[in-house]
Amino acid sequence: MYAFTYQRPTTLADAAAAIQAEDAKLLGGGQTLLPTLKQRFARPTDLIDLGAIPELKGIREADGGLEIGAFTRHAEVAHSDLVKRVIPSLASLAEGIGDRQVRNMGTMGGSIANADPSADYPSAVVALKATVTTDRRTITGDDFFTGMFETALEPGEIVKSVRFSRPDKAAYAKFRNPASRYAIVGVFVARFGAEVRVAVTGAAGSVFRAEAFETALAADFRAEALNGLSVEADGLNADIHASADYRAHLVTVMAKRAVEAAG
Amino acid sequence: MSCTVSMTVNGKTVSREVEERTLLVAFLREHLGLTGTHVGCDTSQCGACVVHVDGRSVKSCTTLAVQANGTEVTTIEGLAAADGTLHPMQAAFREHHGLQCGFCTPGMVMSAVDLVRDNPNPTEAEIREGLEGNICRCTGYHNIVKAVKAGAEAMSGAQPAPVAAE
Repeated sequence: MYAFTYQRPTTLADAAAAIQAEDAKLLGGGQTLLPTLKQRFARPTDLIDLGAIPELKGIREADGGLEIGAFTRHAEVAHSDLVKRVIPSLASLAEGIGDRQVRNMGTMGGSIANADPSADYPSAVVALKATVTTDRRTITGDDFFTGMFETALEPGEIVKSVRFSRPDKAAYAKFRNPASRYAIVGVFVARFGAEVRVAVTGAAGSVFRAEAFETALAADFRAEALNGLSVEADGLNADIHASADYRAHLVTVMAKRAVEAAG
Repeated sequence: MSCTVSMTVNGKTVSREVEERTLLVAFLREHLGLTGTHVGCDTSQCGACVVHVDGRSVKSCTTLAVQANGTEVTTIEGLAAADGTLHPMQAAFREHHGLQCGFCTPGMVMSAVDLVRDNPNPTEAEIREGLEGNICRCTGYHNIVKAVKAGAEAMSGAQPAPVAAE
């Protein structure tokens, strides 16, 4: 790891000022950033630790759904009685991220700001019609993820919280990499009245909605409604773990499992 | 660039001047001489470096010492009683042969203790799930799972079942 200056601001305003330094980086739980630094893939001059800012913490009910502070660790989401009651599918997704120790450190804000193509949370942000509040504005979940490791965040913009809508039914199903626990394919299905959202992570450069699946499930919310449907394999990720064709196949399988789990 | 890092490690307050990029595992091993916490993969996968920070198990190779500033850290050296009596989870690992070479054991034990705090009576499946962040290359996990089950029972005060040779 290259040397850097470490800062631990206690207010969002101080963090926003500190991140303006050239080549400064925000530090959440560090479960992606620290391995990146250890491999010398990045060389920030300053690390701004967001862990001491009360405004970024906490889980509360808001507009019938949930507002979750950016510096909320995965384990806190997974074990929260409030999350389990209001959006149990979100608690269950969080419980499947990485391993126990990663969940004890990693944060929701860090995960979505990093926008790893195989991260779990992006699927929930899109499927649960979330809005992301930053220190500057509000961004809808649909607009937040713009590409592989790319988001709508501007340089130095800090995620404050994520607001999730409460679905009538929802579930997340993932086919995970057995070593890293990242999603080879993960599908989050959520039903809001007559509307159904199907968000797919792991399969492509960034999370996407499977619109044909959504239409079919809106008409008939059963796994059988997806028979014969698949996403186009062209352009999907392909690596040693799964070919693009296999990922396309998994999208349908995981979507069906999610529908069945949603009940 | 250096800074002062202070924390409570195994009940003792410690303070050291370290480079800001110092990892928690390096702080424990190199600055405090607590070499029970191991470095295995150094890529946050194997779990040999697991310690508790404010009661939560974390991978100390993927945590900066400064992130643990002001916290209470427990390492494998801090589990046994002052008179040397092993923690029930340590005793269970010995009793059930939950180790061969022993390299992964400190991390396994620390993860297991954290798991049992959340779930005092875990099933075999929950134990295997709870130890996903720890890799053992000797045992095939079988006796580790038995040890954690027995350790959990001992931690909750139940009488451990008698053990035949395993």
